[in-house]
Amino acid sequence: MEQDKPKIQRRDFLRSCFKKLPVLVSAAYIISPDELLASASDDYNPDEHNYAMGISIHKCIGCGRCADACKTENKVPRDEHFFRTWIERYIIPPDGEAEVDSPNGGIDGFPKADEKKEILRTYFVPKLCNHCENPPCVQVCPVGATYTSRDGVVLVDSSYCVGCRYCIQACPYGARYLHPETHTADKCTFCYHRIVKGMRPACVEVCPTQARVFGEIGKRNSPLHRFIRFNDTIVLKQWLNTKPKVYYSGADGEVR
Amino acid sequence: MKKVPQQIIPLAIIFIVAIAALVTARHFFVPETFGDYGHYRAASVDEIASQEVVYAGSIICNDCHDDIYETKMNFDHRGVSCEVCHGPAMAHTEEPDEYTPRIPRIRNQCTICHGYNSARPSGFPQVVEEVHNPGRPCLECHNPHKPLLPRAPQACDACHREIALQKAVSHHTSLECKTCHDAPPDHMSNPRFARAQKPTSRALCGKCHDTEADVSRGIPRIKLATHNENYLCWDCHYPHHPEAR
Repeated sequence: MEQDKPKIQRRDFLRSCFKKLPVLVSAAYIISPDELLASASDDYNPDEHNYAMGISIHKCIGCGRCADACKTENKVPRDEHFFRTWIERYIIPPDGEAEVDSPNGGIDGFPKADEKKEILRTYFVPKLCNHCENPPCVQVCPVGATYTSRDGVVLVDSSYCVGCRYCIQACPYGARYLHPETHTADKCTFCYHRIVKGMRPACVEVCPTQARVFGEIGKRNSPLHRFIRFNDTIVLKQWLNTKPKVYYSGADGEVR
Repeated sequence: MKKVPQQIIPLAIIFIVAIAALVTARHFFVPETFGDYGHYRAASVDEIASQEVVYAGSIICNDCHDDIYETKMNFDHRGVSCEVCHGPAMAHTEEPDEYTPRIPRIRNQCTICHGYNSARPSGFPQVVEEVHNPGRPCLECHNPHKPLLPRAPQACDACHREIALQKAVSHHTSLECKTCHDAPPDHMSNPRFARAQKPTSRALCGKCHDTEADVSRGIPRIKLATHNENYLCWDCHYPHHPEAR
């Protein structure tokens, strides 16, 4: 049986390819890499992200730069009582209760520990909103002003919040405060305005010892994934079943 | 056709008015994008996301200050973002001439991290601020972009560390050891035999502390000829001591 001749001859195909080559090359130049990058950030899809943070207690030096940068970045009042993130110092005696202090959130440093008392262990623990998967603050908000965004960040809609303080009561981590000027609830947003642009939160950016790690759950190329794989991590008040998304490594049972 | 009961008509009117009122009220009271993705106002996500960025992130600093960046990457401060010390720099990246980040030259800047605190991890380099060259800015000896020990202990403080530390916080901190002590050249290689000399006369102290001495006015003076003339000065005053009186 005689084979059918192909519709396009190889010679014709190659010839047409060479004719179109200049068009292809010029097209590659018209779409510059800058434009490609710009369009990539416009195509931010919140459903693809699930943000979380890791904190290494062994690395924290208690310098308070994170708390300071947070106040600058998010315009948190420079007052003793308002923090989106702060540092606590734990001093654990050989017997008895751990002492926890946090003078001005650690921004101005910590005074010397009482030298007369015996100290078994002492370390710093940075604290912030845990961005729980099962957040009590969202459950109790009567107007829907606090919510979990599609990328797993717990946010507050300050133009809709009525300032009833219910969420402040409900948060087991004490991570919320009432903003003295707007009279609405306020808290850590993981620097939402930065992370959607692909930047790191301000506290992670300025941490001089990389005690804070920011990343995403379930993405193998995320620094957080590596952090959780190589460290024994815990979450705070796990028994409350709020499923926090701030993972602490190097924390012992005293941290709460 | 069955007759509609008389009561139904006013009731229906009331119901319709009530429902209409509810619908209009909802229209005015429920914010526009409420409920698009959940029980919240979807537009607030964009409002929060459009907040102003203050910290630029250290990668952008590399664009202009690549020389410093290169240096820094080879030393222990490689992980320390520029804005930790220089402060937020987003404004500087947008208008480099208008806004310049701070260059902290004060001692306190370094002790934020390197001051001694028992809760800091052991192994993290810390100094006791009060005795580590007090009053001097850290930049005098250390380059923060290339943090190294400025020098190994040398000259006298290699062996006489106790005295060097004490002298460092005394009023005599700016004086070199050889101002008062004569050491033969081979004292360093053979200290037991080529011994350094301690001062022997009151006149040595008098060079600065006598009322007749031609030195700065801030130095405390004494009339050497009549001030306990039977004693040597260091019988009462220990010159290395911080409170040498």
